Amino acid sequence: MTSRTPIIPQNLKLLVEERIHDDGLRGNIRRATHTSLGKRAAVVEDFPRWEEMRTTAHDIKKHVMDNLAHYLELFERQATEAGAQVHFARDAKEASSIVCGLAREHGERVIVKSKSMATEEIHLNPALQQSGLRVLETDLGEYIVQLAEEPPSHITAPALHKSRGEIGRLFSEQLGIPYTDDPEELTAIARRVLREEFLQADVGISGVNFGLAESGTICIVENEGNARLSTTLPKVHIAVMGIEKLLPDAESLGLFLNMLGRSATGQRITCYTSLITGPKRSTEPDGPEQLHIVLLDNGRSTMHADPKLREALYCIRCGACMNICPVYQKVGGHGYGSVYSGPIGSVVTPVFMGEQAAHDLPFASSLCGACADICPVRIDIHHHLLDWRHRMVEGQDGPLLERIAMRLFTFTALSALRFDLAGRLARLFAPFLKHSAGGMRLPVWSETREFPNLPEKSFKQLWKEDRERS
Amino acid sequence: MNMVRVLERTGADVRYDAKQTCCGQPAFNTGYHDESRDMALHFLDIFDGDGSDYIVAPSGSCVTMVKVFYGSLLELPEEYREKAERVRSRVHEFTSFLVDVLGKNSVGAEFHGRVTVHDSCHALRELRIREQPRLLLRNVKGLELVEMDAADVCCGFGGTFAVKHASVSTAMTEEKVESILRSGADVVTGVDSSCLMNISGMLKRRGSAVRCMHIADILGGSGS
Repeated sequence: MTSRTPIIPQNLKLLVEERIHDDGLRGNIRRATHTSLGKRAAVVEDFPRWEEMRTTAHDIKKHVMDNLAHYLELFERQATEAGAQVHFARDAKEASSIVCGLAREHGERVIVKSKSMATEEIHLNPALQQSGLRVLETDLGEYIVQLAEEPPSHITAPALHKSRGEIGRLFSEQLGIPYTDDPEELTAIARRVLREEFLQADVGISGVNFGLAESGTICIVENEGNARLSTTLPKVHIAVMGIEKLLPDAESLGLFLNMLGRSATGQRITCYTSLITGPKRSTEPDGPEQLHIVLLDNGRSTMHADPKLREALYCIRCGACMNICPVYQKVGGHGYGSVYSGPIGSVVTPVFMGEQAAHDLPFASSLCGACADICPVRIDIHHHLLDWRHRMVEGQDGPLLERIAMRLFTFTALSALRFDLAGRLARLFAPFLKHSAGGMRLPVWSETREFPNLPEKSFKQLWKEDRERS
Repeated sequence: MNMVRVLERTGADVRYDAKQTCCGQPAFNTGYHDESRDMALHFLDIFDGDGSDYIVAPSGSCVTMVKVFYGSLLELPEEYREKAERVRSRVHEFTSFLVDVLGKNSVGAEFHGRVTVHDSCHALRELRIREQPRLLLRNVKGLELVEMDAADVCCGFGGTFAVKHASVSTAMTEEKVESILRSGADVVTGVDSSCLMNISGMLKRRGSAVRCMHIADILGGSGS
């Protein structure tokens, strides 16, 4: 479905309501997430010590984040040594203008992009287009959502919300070809279109999955080969990398590659793993003449300075928390309105987009904790959501009625006398709320569920009677 | 009272302090830490040094509040930290108390029916309670334990979430109810009343004959 409501977190409730009754959408998300989860479960079994690996991965990320300045400096030094040009961007605007500047300088025809959430975060595509440049997404999923003029709905599977029929219709309309919903045919069509463009492109833009500090290497994982083409064919390669993507060295990369592919798509390893250290060397026949690495802060140093939120920087963007999340499974990524959706998205978005904009996100969770249990780097995602709820209430105040209810309940609960009295009053007035089939009628709740009648006697009364008898 | 009966059957001397009210979880979960803290301090004042060895509650989520969140995610004043530490080590969820503390596999109960277990999120993921209720149920005379698919998936309650995001919550409860109906059970049980109230609310709305019963009512009840 195409939504007319702008996909921003302020519209969370509207976006959810537009999607929650869409059975087709729910079926698409369910199939995709359950397929990934099933494959993941099978390949995680390769490692009887998976739980220990999670702890090790957590500890490595913690080590890097606790020594971030050191690793950033090392990475910058080594990458520069290898011939790359490293840029620092404080925020989304700065990152976007650095990339646009470079692209304008070197790009005349078309810019090819491989999948990158960091470039979504800085809203790069609209900025490039405003600079008069044509930008083409080359990851199949990203290509699909670009054709549909939608943002990605999942950090590793951007078009997860679409069925193959919907994709077939989209291709037919946008590319003027006969309708087919055969995945192989659709892939072949996209490949034909994209290959031509690759050969025309003079700038390639990518994200980064891991940055290795010891060697200044960037690592990109993918399945389609489009990232490799985007980073080798054009004469200029620009990589946008969040500063949290750092790892100490190649040795730790081994662990993370094993965990990322398994957690994200249930793959032992992705089809392509590119390790890029500097641009083309004089002895090499091909590769880009220039490699630019844009290190993106955009709120990350704020998270880093916060002892609680720092843990959210351990995230390797595998998307497993989205796949397992019962809320994500019902509404999909667009339901959240944020670039990063799902449980971890609701933890980082208040920093990336501001607490005002992201106010509702931490509350859009039942706090079941399935996200924390599946997270390969053991981020306590649901506890961070609890923490955000507190920050939101503290910083902006909750709804007036809610605040009054909370104070009233607390006032009542601080005295057993008042608590008893409230119970008695509730029992006295409950019959007036009586509804059908032995239940009470409550606003909102009773639209879809019954609410039980209050028991005739409180536990306190039962206990008293019981002790008097014996 | 069924929990009291089961505990007394194991030989425990059960006491109840009528001054107790609420652990503060609803306020905490919604972000109201000041209100929650007031209730937590009230709770700690009552239970610390009350002369009992253990504090047992028929609720995984209330126990989680005290055992996991007091003093960690909910900051407490300095003078209450030790109190919280002492109380934390004494508080146990009912089935975990029977199995893990008392070492009981059976409480000599009888119940006739096909029963399935819903794993409540707090109990499962914060307290790691999964096998304890099943072990106790398997040893109930006349009871047939059947597993539903996705027993460990949230029922959609989530406290104020059920009202703030009622449509999403409802969609989650619908899936839970469908799993229960597929299991062929005539009773669904668990260690948390709030989840069971939510599930039961939809089962009743659908006119289903499947009943929701807290595990204490099976272990200490009249037998059917």
